[in-house]
Amino acid sequence: MSIDRDTVLKVANLARIKLDDARVEPMTKELSTILDWIEQLQEVDVTGVEAMASTVEVSLPMREDVLATDKTGGGRAEEVVANAPKTEDHFFVVPKVVE
Amino acid sequence: MSVLTDLKLAELRDGLAKKEFSARDVTNAYLGRAESAGALNAFIRLTPEHARQQAEASDARIAKGEARPLEGIPLGIKDLFCTEGTQTTAGSHILEGFTPTYESTVSQNLFDDGAVMLGKLNLDEFAMGSSNETSYFGPVVNPWRRQGEDTKLTPGGSSGGSSAAVAAHLCAGATATDTGGSIRQPASVTGTVGIKPTYGRCSRWGIVAFASSLDQAGPIARDVRDTAILMRSMAGHDPKDSTSIDCPVPDYEAVLGQGVKGLKIGVPKEYRVDGMPAEIETLWQQGIDWMKDQGAEIVDVSLPLTKYALPVYYIVAPAEASSNLARYDGVKYGLRIEDDNIHEMYARTRAEGFGNEVQRRIMIGTYVLSAGYYDAYYLRAQKVRKKIFDEMTAVLNQVDLLLTPSTPSAAFGLGEKTADPLSMYLNDIFTVTANLAGLPGISVPAGLDGQGLPLGLQLIGRPFDEETVFRGASALEEAANFSARPDEWWS
Repeated sequence: MSIDRDTVLKVANLARIKLDDARVEPMTKELSTILDWIEQLQEVDVTGVEAMASTVEVSLPMREDVLATDKTGGGRAEEVVANAPKTEDHFFVVPKVVE
Repeated sequence: MSVLTDLKLAELRDGLAKKEFSARDVTNAYLGRAESAGALNAFIRLTPEHARQQAEASDARIAKGEARPLEGIPLGIKDLFCTEGTQTTAGSHILEGFTPTYESTVSQNLFDDGAVMLGKLNLDEFAMGSSNETSYFGPVVNPWRRQGEDTKLTPGGSSGGSSAAVAAHLCAGATATDTGGSIRQPASVTGTVGIKPTYGRCSRWGIVAFASSLDQAGPIARDVRDTAILMRSMAGHDPKDSTSIDCPVPDYEAVLGQGVKGLKIGVPKEYRVDGMPAEIETLWQQGIDWMKDQGAEIVDVSLPLTKYALPVYYIVAPAEASSNLARYDGVKYGLRIEDDNIHEMYARTRAEGFGNEVQRRIMIGTYVLSAGYYDAYYLRAQKVRKKIFDEMTAVLNQVDLLLTPSTPSAAFGLGEKTADPLSMYLNDIFTVTANLAGLPGISVPAGLDGQGLPLGLQLIGRPFDEETVFRGASALEEAANFSARPDEWWS
């Protein structure tokens, strides 16, 4: 097993996914199988190879420094919160986080 | 006159232009068919009112002589594309009820060209799957069955709603997306044509993100010509996606029928994998012969890193997914499981809202990006990706196209591979390299296996050279002369 129960619980916490007790064991097994299979990448010699994050080599394009008027522009608070489960006056409402 | 829904997209376009029938008639015919095909579960939601309004507008345009390239053509839209005012779920419980206030660039491009939306098509949850079985809204069923059996088969995934709807003639064409094979694999197992264009060819803006360095939109349609027509409308530069490339979109339809004489077509020996059915090997050889007969030069090539493409994918894609899917927290949209503690609220919402496969991939992604594992997994995967990219680039400097099978098997039964994630992942073994290297790839139906199920062949081309890919696909299609249709058991 390349991943143990404690690591699975730690990762679940990092990923903010609550794992039921009954799911911990199967998840540990499933992840181990996948990670064991991925191990074969250790065979490849990557000395001096640069890491590739994207296949398109573009420098990020710049746009004019003006207010956008399309859907990416401002003044759309109503639309931004339209799908939120709980809102008040264009704010997202969450449980109290500061005592 | 034949049944309207039997006409291909190009025939519909021409018939509409000549006013042989109206856009309203066409849309109604498709809606009727789609409504009676519930057994396939291809649509998550039909949008008949919306479709009829668009069709009326198309008829008005046609009457005024102002028809656009796709005027009145009814399409299905994969439910990963945000559609303004129409629920967009990504096949997930966590996005159930989400109604975008904006339209994805690709679907907007299609509507700007006059297309009609019949509804939103089913898919694997967040496009993570190869069988459509991870959808919260239930699996799509392949219209094709094994001869003399009624076992329900998968239409492939993640674009299984798209492939099934096109194969069953529930729409004239469909949008789809491909991160590791999600256009080409479903097309292959349903006897349809699907192309994933070059990364950067289509805007990703407004498409629910899975793995942003790999995701690309493309069409699934009944033949190469219909796919070429849709591709032209979907593609194009978009300032709202910084990875979208600003280069002209050619008229892909114009290159069809130019033949493959003089083209060099590479056949990579590493695509002959253990356990591949002999029928697929035979079909592949058949494809090689077809190309040779039409004047192409066949070149044996070697891609020794092929076997590492899937393991790289299963680090890179989950890593990007774990980051992209962090936004589903029960605050901004979708499902929320209430709790007084905000961390509990996040964790319970995500446990309830995501299915098992999505949770697995988020976990893998979180793990490979976490302190202590980042270099060994993620960074190494990115380096192997670079080597794969260089290897593909070098081979495509010698040949114009690569010819391979699209999938390692025909459609399999629902439930056959769900217990073993790895066996499911292996479905993408022939398609995933094109995603890692950002290359265009198409699947064309080439024949039936011994059980009467369709099998596809894949062509992979150079970046932004979809024209040569379409040329090759058109030649394959002509030689294969695939005309089989599934029996209509579902209506």
